[in-house]
Amino acid sequence: MLKSFLAVFLAAILTENYILSKFLGICPFLGVSKKLNTAVGMSLAVTFVLVLATAVTFPLFTYVLEPLGLGYLQTVVFILIIAALVQFVEIVMKKYIPSLYRALGIYLPLITTNCAVLGVTLLVLEKSAENPSYTFLHALVNALGAGVGYLLAMVLFAGVRERLEDADIPKFLRGLPITLIAAALVALSFLGFAGIVDGLL
Amino acid sequence: MNPILLAVLIVSGIGLLLGAFLVLANRFFAVEEDETVKELCAILPGANCGACGFSGCSGYAAALAENKQTETTRCPVGGNETAQKIAALLGVAAGEVAVKKARVRCQGFYDAKGKKSIYEGISSCHAATMLYGGDSACIYGCLGYGDCVGACDKQAISICGGVALVTPSLCKGCGKCVTACPKHIIEMVSEKESAYVPCSNKDKGAQTKKVCQTGCLGCKMCAKVCEAGAIRFEGGLAVIDDSLCTGCGKCIAACKFGVIKSYSPFA
Repeated sequence: MLKSFLAVFLAAILTENYILSKFLGICPFLGVSKKLNTAVGMSLAVTFVLVLATAVTFPLFTYVLEPLGLGYLQTVVFILIIAALVQFVEIVMKKYIPSLYRALGIYLPLITTNCAVLGVTLLVLEKSAENPSYTFLHALVNALGAGVGYLLAMVLFAGVRERLEDADIPKFLRGLPITLIAAALVALSFLGFAGIVDGLL
Repeated sequence: MNPILLAVLIVSGIGLLLGAFLVLANRFFAVEEDETVKELCAILPGANCGACGFSGCSGYAAALAENKQTETTRCPVGGNETAQKIAALLGVAAGEVAVKKARVRCQGFYDAKGKKSIYEGISSCHAATMLYGGDSACIYGCLGYGDCVGACDKQAISICGGVALVTPSLCKGCGKCVTACPKHIIEMVSEKESAYVPCSNKDKGAQTKKVCQTGCLGCKMCAKVCEAGAIRFEGGLAVIDDSLCTGCGKCIAACKFGVIKSYSPFA
Protein backbone atom coordinates (compact mmCIF):
# COMPACT_ATOMS: atom_id res chain seq x y z
CA MET A 1 0.00 0.00 0.00
CA LEU A 2 2.69 2.42 1.15
CA LYS A 3 4.84 1.22 -1.72
CA SER A 4 2.19 2.15 -4.25
CA PHE A 5 1.88 5.65 -2.75
CA LEU A 6 5.64 6.08 -3.04
CA ALA A 7 5.52 4.87 -6.65
CA VAL A 8 2.74 7.33 -7.52
CA PHE A 9 4.60 10.16 -5.76
CA LEU A 10 7.92 9.49 -7.46
CA ALA A 11 6.30 8.94 -10.84
CA ALA A 12 4.55 12.33 -10.60
CA ILE A 13 7.84 14.04 -9.77
CA LEU A 14 10.29 12.32 -12.08
CA THR A 15 8.99 10.11 -14.87
CA GLU A 16 5.68 11.89 -15.45
CA ASN A 17 6.80 15.38 -14.54
CA TYR A 18 3.87 17.50 -15.71
CA ILE A 19 6.05 20.27 -17.11
CA LEU A 20 9.00 18.39 -18.56
CA SER A 21 7.34 15.16 -19.72
CA LYS A 22 3.74 16.16 -20.38
CA PHE A 23 4.48 19.79 -21.35
CA LEU A 24 1.66 21.26 -19.27
CA GLY A 25 1.97 24.65 -17.60
CA ILE A 26 4.68 25.85 -19.96
CA CYS A 27 3.54 29.50 -19.78
CA PRO A 28 4.45 30.07 -16.10
CA PHE A 29 7.43 27.76 -16.57
CA LEU A 30 8.87 30.26 -19.04
CA GLY A 31 7.33 33.39 -17.57
CA VAL A 32 7.99 33.11 -13.84
CA SER A 33 11.27 31.21 -13.82
CA LYS A 34 13.49 34.27 -14.22
CA LYS A 35 14.19 34.53 -10.51
CA LEU A 36 14.52 31.77 -7.97
CA ASN A 37 12.30 33.25 -5.24
CA THR A 38 9.30 33.96 -7.49
CA ALA A 39 9.71 30.50 -9.03
CA VAL A 40 9.51 28.89 -5.59
CA GLY A 41 6.53 31.04 -4.51
CA MET A 42 4.63 30.23 -7.69
CA SER A 43 5.36 26.50 -7.37
CA LEU A 44 4.16 26.39 -3.76
CA ALA A 45 0.91 28.16 -4.69
CA VAL A 46 0.40 25.75 -7.60
CA THR A 47 1.05 22.75 -5.33
CA PHE A 48 -1.54 24.00 -2.86
CA VAL A 49 -4.16 24.58 -5.55
CA LEU A 50 -3.36 21.20 -7.18
CA VAL A 51 -4.01 19.23 -4.00
CA LEU A 52 -7.12 21.22 -3.15
CA ALA A 53 -8.51 20.95 -6.70
CA THR A 54 -7.94 17.20 -6.80
CA ALA A 55 -9.57 16.81 -3.40
CA VAL A 56 -12.74 18.41 -4.76
CA THR A 57 -12.83 17.26 -8.39
CA PHE A 58 -12.02 13.58 -7.88
CA PRO A 59 -15.00 12.81 -5.59
CA LEU A 60 -17.24 15.10 -7.62
CA PHE A 61 -16.44 13.16 -10.79
CA THR A 62 -16.71 9.74 -9.15
CA TYR A 63 -19.90 10.33 -7.17
CA VAL A 64 -21.81 12.96 -9.16
CA LEU A 65 -20.81 13.21 -12.82
CA GLU A 66 -20.01 9.55 -13.54
CA PRO A 67 -23.23 8.02 -12.06
CA LEU A 68 -25.34 10.59 -13.94
CA GLY A 69 -23.56 9.80 -17.21
CA LEU A 70 -22.18 13.33 -17.45
CA GLY A 71 -18.49 12.37 -17.64
CA TYR A 72 -18.11 14.42 -20.81
CA LEU A 73 -18.69 17.59 -18.79
CA GLN A 74 -15.51 17.06 -16.80
CA THR A 75 -13.44 19.82 -18.49
CA VAL A 76 -16.10 22.50 -18.09
CA VAL A 77 -16.94 21.61 -14.51
CA PHE A 78 -13.30 21.27 -13.47
CA ILE A 79 -12.40 24.70 -14.84
CA LEU A 80 -15.34 26.13 -12.91
CA ILE A 81 -14.16 24.50 -9.70
CA ILE A 82 -10.49 25.42 -10.14
CA ALA A 83 -11.40 29.07 -10.80
CA ALA A 84 -13.57 29.21 -7.67
CA LEU A 85 -10.91 27.48 -5.58
CA VAL A 86 -8.20 29.91 -6.65
CA GLN A 87 -10.49 32.80 -5.74
CA PHE A 88 -11.15 31.19 -2.36
CA VAL A 89 -7.44 30.60 -1.72
CA GLU A 90 -6.81 34.24 -2.61
CA ILE A 91 -9.43 35.50 -0.15
CA VAL A 92 -8.19 33.30 2.68
CA MET A 93 -4.54 34.09 2.01
CA LYS A 94 -5.23 37.82 1.98
CA LYS A 95 -6.79 37.49 5.41
CA TYR A 96 -4.35 35.13 7.17
CA ILE A 97 -1.02 35.24 5.27
CA PRO A 98 -0.87 38.78 3.80
CA SER A 99 2.89 38.59 3.34
CA LEU A 100 2.64 35.56 1.04
CA TYR A 101 -0.35 37.16 -0.69
CA ARG A 102 1.72 40.23 -1.52
CA ALA A 103 4.75 38.15 -2.56
CA LEU A 104 2.72 36.07 -5.04
CA GLY A 105 0.82 39.06 -6.43
CA ILE A 106 -0.54 38.44 -9.90
CA TYR A 107 0.68 34.82 -10.05
CA LEU A 108 -2.05 33.67 -7.70
CA PRO A 109 -5.03 34.50 -9.99
CA LEU A 110 -3.00 33.27 -12.96
CA ILE A 111 -3.05 29.74 -11.55
CA THR A 112 -6.72 29.66 -12.61
CA THR A 113 -5.62 29.40 -16.21
CA ASN A 114 -2.66 27.13 -15.54
CA CYS A 115 -3.26 24.06 -17.67
CA ALA A 116 -1.09 21.95 -15.37
CA VAL A 117 -3.83 22.17 -12.72
CA LEU A 118 -6.50 21.09 -15.19
CA GLY A 119 -4.16 18.45 -16.61
CA VAL A 120 -3.42 16.85 -13.26
CA THR A 121 -7.10 16.69 -12.26
CA LEU A 122 -8.17 15.26 -15.64
CA LEU A 123 -5.33 12.79 -16.24
CA VAL A 124 -5.72 11.25 -12.80
CA LEU A 125 -9.26 10.22 -13.77
CA GLU A 126 -7.94 8.19 -16.70
CA LYS A 127 -5.54 6.40 -14.38
CA SER A 128 -8.25 5.51 -11.89
CA ALA A 129 -10.46 4.25 -14.73
CA GLU A 130 -7.66 1.94 -15.93
CA ASN A 131 -6.72 0.70 -12.48
CA PRO A 132 -9.47 0.00 -9.88
CA SER A 133 -6.94 0.01 -7.01
CA TYR A 134 -6.14 3.66 -7.78
CA THR A 135 -8.05 5.37 -4.96
CA PHE A 136 -8.84 8.91 -3.89
CA LEU A 137 -5.73 8.90 -1.68
CA HIS A 138 -3.58 7.93 -4.67
CA ALA A 139 -5.03 10.88 -6.56
CA LEU A 140 -4.11 13.24 -3.71
CA VAL A 141 -0.56 11.85 -3.52
CA ASN A 142 -0.32 12.23 -7.28
CA ALA A 143 -1.40 15.89 -7.01
CA LEU A 144 1.17 16.54 -4.28
CA GLY A 145 3.86 14.80 -6.35
CA ALA A 146 2.87 16.83 -9.40
CA GLY A 147 3.28 20.00 -7.32
CA VAL A 148 6.69 18.93 -6.05
CA GLY A 149 7.67 18.02 -9.61
CA TYR A 150 6.53 21.46 -10.70
CA LEU A 151 8.67 23.00 -7.96
CA LEU A 152 11.65 20.88 -9.01
CA ALA A 153 11.34 21.87 -12.68
CA MET A 154 10.87 25.55 -11.83
CA VAL A 155 13.84 25.68 -9.45
CA LEU A 156 16.12 23.80 -11.83
CA PHE A 157 15.13 26.02 -14.69
CA ALA A 158 15.44 29.22 -12.64
CA GLY A 159 19.05 28.19 -12.02
CA VAL A 160 19.57 27.70 -15.75
CA ARG A 161 17.93 31.07 -16.51
CA GLU A 162 20.14 32.89 -14.02
CA ARG A 163 23.19 31.41 -15.72
CA LEU A 164 21.84 32.38 -19.14
CA GLU A 165 21.74 36.03 -18.04
CA ASP A 166 25.54 36.11 -17.84
CA ALA A 167 26.23 33.95 -20.89
CA ASP A 168 27.49 35.35 -24.16
CA ILE A 169 24.62 34.34 -26.45
CA PRO A 170 24.49 35.05 -30.21
CA LYS A 171 22.17 37.95 -30.90
CA PHE A 172 19.54 35.99 -32.86
CA LEU A 173 19.14 33.50 -29.99
CA ARG A 174 18.77 35.98 -27.14
CA GLY A 175 15.57 36.02 -25.13
CA LEU A 176 12.88 33.42 -25.85
CA PRO A 177 14.77 31.27 -28.42
CA ILE A 178 17.62 30.34 -26.08
CA THR A 179 15.11 29.86 -23.25
CA LEU A 180 13.14 27.35 -25.33
CA ILE A 181 16.33 25.51 -26.29
CA ALA A 182 17.38 25.38 -22.64
CA ALA A 183 13.91 24.15 -21.65
CA ALA A 184 14.14 21.42 -24.29
CA LEU A 185 17.51 20.29 -22.93
CA VAL A 186 16.22 20.19 -19.36
CA ALA A 187 13.19 18.18 -20.55
CA LEU A 188 15.50 15.82 -22.40
CA SER A 189 17.51 15.20 -19.26
CA PHE A 190 14.32 14.13 -17.47
CA LEU A 191 13.94 11.31 -20.01
CA GLY A 192 16.75 9.65 -18.13
CA PHE A 193 14.32 8.87 -15.31
CA ALA A 194 12.11 6.79 -17.62
CA GLY A 195 11.31 3.38 -16.13
CA ILE A 196 12.81 3.82 -12.70
CA VAL A 197 9.49 3.53 -10.87
CA ASP A 198 8.01 0.77 -13.04
CA GLY A 199 9.22 -1.94 -10.70
CA LEU A 200 7.52 -0.32 -7.71
CA LEU A 201 4.00 -0.29 -9.12
CA MET B 1 -34.94 13.39 -17.49
CA ASN B 2 -33.74 15.05 -20.65
CA PRO B 3 -29.92 14.58 -20.65
CA ILE B 4 -29.31 18.10 -21.99
CA LEU B 5 -31.49 19.63 -19.30
CA LEU B 6 -29.75 17.51 -16.67
CA ALA B 7 -26.31 18.68 -17.83
CA VAL B 8 -27.40 22.32 -17.84
CA LEU B 9 -28.93 21.96 -14.38
CA ILE B 10 -25.88 20.24 -12.92
CA VAL B 11 -23.38 22.73 -14.27
CA SER B 12 -25.44 25.78 -13.34
CA GLY B 13 -26.11 24.20 -9.94
CA ILE B 14 -22.39 23.76 -9.31
CA GLY B 15 -21.78 27.30 -10.55
CA LEU B 16 -24.43 28.75 -8.24
CA LEU B 17 -23.13 26.73 -5.29
CA LEU B 18 -19.55 27.92 -5.87
CA GLY B 19 -20.74 31.50 -6.34
CA ALA B 20 -22.64 31.43 -3.06
CA PHE B 21 -19.64 29.83 -1.38
CA LEU B 22 -17.34 32.61 -2.62
CA VAL B 23 -19.77 35.32 -1.51
CA LEU B 24 -19.85 33.79 1.96
CA ALA B 25 -16.07 33.39 2.03
CA ASN B 26 -15.63 37.00 1.04
CA ARG B 27 -18.01 38.03 3.83
CA PHE B 28 -16.32 35.93 6.53
CA PHE B 29 -12.72 36.52 5.51
CA ALA B 30 -13.11 40.19 4.66
CA VAL B 31 -10.02 42.27 5.34
CA GLU B 32 -10.49 45.77 6.69
CA GLU B 33 -8.37 48.03 4.54
CA ASP B 34 -6.74 50.76 6.55
CA GLU B 35 -7.75 54.15 5.17
CA THR B 36 -4.69 55.92 6.61
CA VAL B 37 -2.37 53.64 4.64
CA LYS B 38 -3.99 54.80 1.40
CA GLU B 39 -3.73 58.44 2.41
CA LEU B 40 -0.10 58.01 3.45
CA CYS B 41 0.68 56.37 0.12
CA ALA B 42 -0.74 59.43 -1.61
CA ILE B 43 1.50 61.74 0.43
CA LEU B 44 4.70 59.78 -0.10
CA PRO B 45 6.55 60.58 -3.33
CA GLY B 46 6.21 57.07 -4.79
CA ALA B 47 9.89 56.87 -5.70
CA ASN B 48 10.10 53.42 -4.04
CA CYS B 49 13.81 53.99 -3.48
CA GLY B 50 13.97 52.24 -0.11
CA ALA B 51 16.00 54.99 1.58
CA CYS B 52 13.55 54.94 4.51
CA GLY B 53 14.61 51.38 5.28
CA PHE B 54 11.27 49.83 4.30
CA SER B 55 10.34 47.96 1.15
CA GLY B 56 9.25 50.95 -0.88
CA CYS B 57 6.69 53.67 -0.18
CA SER B 58 3.81 51.29 0.60
CA GLY B 59 5.98 49.49 3.16
CA TYR B 60 6.79 52.77 4.87
CA ALA B 61 3.12 53.81 4.81
CA ALA B 62 2.09 50.51 6.42
CA ALA B 63 4.76 50.89 9.12
CA LEU B 64 3.64 54.46 9.83
CA ALA B 65 -0.01 53.50 10.09
CA GLU B 66 0.71 50.52 12.32
CA ASN B 67 3.10 52.13 14.76
CA LYS B 68 2.86 55.78 15.75
CA GLN B 69 6.45 55.64 17.02
CA THR B 70 7.81 55.28 13.49
CA GLU B 71 9.78 58.38 12.57
CA THR B 72 7.97 60.59 10.08
CA THR B 73 11.27 61.95 8.81
CA ARG B 74 12.63 58.88 7.11
CA CYS B 75 11.82 59.94 3.57
CA PRO B 76 14.72 61.94 2.09
CA VAL B 77 13.04 62.23 -1.30
CA GLY B 78 9.98 64.08 -0.01
CA GLY B 79 12.02 66.01 2.54
CA ASN B 80 10.53 68.32 5.14
CA GLU B 81 7.33 68.91 3.24
CA THR B 82 6.40 65.22 3.23
CA ALA B 83 7.43 64.80 6.86
CA GLN B 84 5.10 67.62 7.89
CA LYS B 85 2.20 66.22 5.88
CA ILE B 86 2.68 62.77 7.42
CA ALA B 87 2.88 64.25 10.90
CA ALA B 88 -0.27 66.29 10.32
CA LEU B 89 -2.17 63.21 9.14
CA LEU B 90 -1.02 61.05 12.04
CA GLY B 91 -1.29 63.83 14.61
CA VAL B 92 2.31 63.62 15.80
CA ALA B 93 5.09 66.19 16.00
CA ALA B 94 7.09 66.63 12.80
CA GLY B 95 10.86 66.46 12.91
CA GLU B 96 13.49 67.92 10.64
CA VAL B 97 14.61 65.77 7.77
CA ALA B 98 18.34 65.62 7.38
CA VAL B 99 18.66 65.65 3.59
CA LYS B 100 21.84 63.99 2.50
CA LYS B 101 23.58 63.93 -0.83
CA ALA B 102 25.98 61.44 -2.31
CA ARG B 103 29.59 62.47 -2.90
CA VAL B 104 32.41 60.54 -4.57
CA ARG B 105 35.74 60.62 -2.79
CA CYS B 106 38.08 60.24 -5.77
CA GLN B 107 39.43 62.60 -8.39
CA GLY B 108 41.76 60.25 -10.20
CA PHE B 109 40.88 61.26 -13.75
CA TYR B 110 42.49 59.60 -16.77
CA ASP B 111 45.55 61.85 -16.84
CA ALA B 112 46.15 61.57 -13.10
CA LYS B 113 45.92 57.88 -12.31
CA GLY B 114 47.90 54.98 -13.72
CA LYS B 115 46.65 51.58 -14.85
CA LYS B 116 48.25 48.40 -13.66
CA SER B 117 46.55 46.08 -16.12
CA ILE B 118 44.32 46.06 -19.17
CA TYR B 119 40.85 44.89 -18.22
CA GLU B 120 38.69 43.43 -20.97
CA GLY B 121 35.91 41.81 -18.97
CA ILE B 122 32.31 42.95 -18.61
CA SER B 123 31.93 46.63 -17.92
CA SER B 124 31.16 46.49 -14.21
CA CYS B 125 33.11 47.76 -11.20
CA HIS B 126 32.09 44.67 -9.21
CA ALA B 127 33.46 42.30 -11.86
CA ALA B 128 36.65 44.36 -12.27
CA THR B 129 37.21 44.47 -8.50
CA MET B 130 37.13 40.69 -8.32
CA LEU B 131 40.23 40.57 -10.54
CA TYR B 132 43.05 41.75 -8.23
CA GLY B 133 41.09 44.80 -7.06
CA GLY B 134 40.55 46.27 -10.52
CA ASP B 135 42.69 47.61 -13.32
CA SER B 136 43.42 50.97 -11.70
CA ALA B 137 46.88 51.34 -10.15
CA CYS B 138 45.23 52.90 -7.09
CA ILE B 139 43.33 50.11 -5.35
CA TYR B 140 41.20 52.60 -3.39
CA GLY B 141 39.96 54.77 -6.22
CA CYS B 142 37.06 54.90 -8.64
CA LEU B 143 37.20 52.33 -11.46
CA GLY B 144 34.78 54.22 -13.64
CA TYR B 145 32.73 51.28 -14.92
CA GLY B 146 29.59 52.88 -13.58
CA ASP B 147 27.95 50.47 -11.12
CA CYS B 148 26.74 53.58 -9.26
CA VAL B 149 25.33 55.05 -12.50
CA GLY B 150 23.25 51.92 -12.97
CA ALA B 151 22.05 52.01 -9.37
CA CYS B 152 20.88 55.63 -9.55
CA ASP B 153 17.21 56.10 -10.51
CA LYS B 154 17.56 59.85 -10.85
CA GLN B 155 20.40 59.99 -13.41
CA ALA B 156 22.34 62.02 -10.87
CA ILE B 157 25.64 60.22 -11.44
CA SER B 158 27.76 60.31 -14.56
CA ILE B 159 31.20 58.97 -15.37
CA CYS B 160 33.40 61.87 -16.36
CA GLY B 161 37.03 61.31 -17.28
CA GLY B 162 37.01 57.86 -15.71
CA VAL B 163 35.58 58.97 -12.35
CA ALA B 164 32.02 58.99 -11.08
CA LEU B 165 30.58 62.47 -10.46
CA VAL B 166 27.37 63.22 -8.57
CA THR B 167 25.19 66.12 -9.67
CA PRO B 168 23.96 67.36 -6.26
CA SER B 169 20.85 69.07 -7.61
CA LEU B 170 19.59 65.76 -9.03
CA CYS B 171 20.60 63.57 -6.07
CA LYS B 172 17.68 62.65 -3.81
CA GLY B 173 19.82 61.01 -1.13
CA CYS B 174 18.51 57.44 -1.39
CA GLY B 175 22.01 56.00 -0.90
CA LYS B 176 21.69 53.22 -3.49
CA CYS B 177 25.01 54.21 -5.07
CA VAL B 178 26.74 53.86 -1.70
CA THR B 179 25.85 50.18 -1.57
CA ALA B 180 26.51 49.68 -5.29
CA CYS B 181 30.13 50.89 -5.12
CA PRO B 182 32.53 47.97 -4.52
CA LYS B 183 35.27 50.41 -3.52
CA HIS B 184 33.10 52.13 -0.87
CA ILE B 185 34.19 55.58 -1.97
CA ILE B 186 30.71 57.14 -2.16
CA GLU B 187 29.53 58.77 1.06
CA MET B 188 26.34 60.53 2.11
CA VAL B 189 26.92 64.06 3.38
CA SER B 190 24.61 66.66 4.87
CA GLU B 191 23.38 69.48 2.72
CA LYS B 192 25.76 72.33 3.61
CA GLU B 193 28.82 74.09 2.23
CA SER B 194 31.94 72.32 3.37
CA ALA B 195 35.46 71.30 2.41
CA TYR B 196 36.18 67.70 1.44
CA VAL B 197 39.02 65.49 0.35
CA PRO B 198 38.24 63.84 -3.01
CA CYS B 199 40.59 60.93 -2.38
CA SER B 200 40.29 57.60 -0.59
CA ASN B 201 43.91 56.40 -0.76
CA LYS B 202 45.07 55.51 2.76
CA ASP B 203 48.63 54.60 1.72
CA LYS B 204 51.64 56.67 2.70
CA GLY B 205 52.50 59.70 0.59
CA ALA B 206 55.23 58.13 -1.54
CA GLN B 207 53.09 55.12 -2.42
CA THR B 208 50.10 57.31 -3.23
CA LYS B 209 52.22 59.53 -5.47
CA LYS B 210 53.29 56.49 -7.51
CA VAL B 211 49.75 55.53 -8.47
CA CYS B 212 47.96 58.89 -8.73
CA GLN B 213 48.94 62.50 -9.32
CA THR B 214 45.95 63.94 -7.46
CA GLY B 215 45.91 61.80 -4.34
CA CYS B 216 46.12 62.92 -0.72
CA LEU B 217 49.67 62.42 0.53
CA GLY B 218 48.86 62.84 4.20
CA CYS B 219 51.23 65.78 4.82
CA LYS B 220 48.95 67.16 7.58
CA MET B 221 49.28 70.77 6.43
CA CYS B 222 45.51 71.08 6.38
CA ALA B 223 45.09 69.83 9.94
CA LYS B 224 47.48 72.54 11.16
CA VAL B 225 45.37 75.38 9.77
CA CYS B 226 41.96 73.96 10.67
CA GLU B 227 40.49 75.94 13.56
CA ALA B 228 37.49 73.71 14.01
CA GLY B 229 39.59 70.57 14.51
CA ALA B 230 37.55 68.84 11.84
CA ILE B 231 40.42 67.09 10.08
CA ARG B 232 41.66 63.69 11.20
CA PHE B 233 43.98 61.20 9.52
CA GLU B 234 43.28 57.63 8.52
CA GLY B 235 46.71 56.32 7.54
CA GLY B 236 47.97 58.70 4.89
CA LEU B 237 44.57 60.18 4.16
CA ALA B 238 43.01 63.38 5.48
CA VAL B 239 39.35 62.94 6.44
CA ILE B 240 37.24 66.00 7.12
CA ASP B 241 34.48 65.54 9.67
CA ASP B 242 31.42 66.89 7.97
CA SER B 243 29.63 67.81 11.19
CA LEU B 244 32.55 69.92 12.47
CA CYS B 245 33.57 71.62 9.22
CA THR B 246 32.56 75.28 9.10
CA GLY B 247 33.37 75.70 5.42
CA CYS B 248 35.91 78.48 6.12
CA GLY B 249 38.14 77.26 3.29
CA LYS B 250 41.51 77.67 5.04
CA CYS B 251 42.49 74.04 4.43
CA ILE B 252 41.74 74.47 0.73
CA ALA B 253 44.30 77.27 0.55
CA ALA B 254 46.78 75.34 2.70
CA CYS B 255 46.82 72.21 0.54
CA LYS B 256 49.70 72.50 -1.93
CA PHE B 257 48.48 69.59 -4.01
CA GLY B 258 44.96 70.80 -4.62
CA VAL B 259 43.47 67.74 -2.95
CA ILE B 260 40.99 69.59 -0.77
CA LYS B 261 38.00 70.99 -2.55
CA SER B 262 35.06 73.14 -1.67
CA TYR B 263 31.79 71.22 -1.81
CA SER B 264 28.47 72.84 -2.51
CA PRO B 265 25.39 70.62 -2.44
CA PHE B 266 23.36 73.28 -4.26
CA ALA B 267 25.46 73.27 -7.42
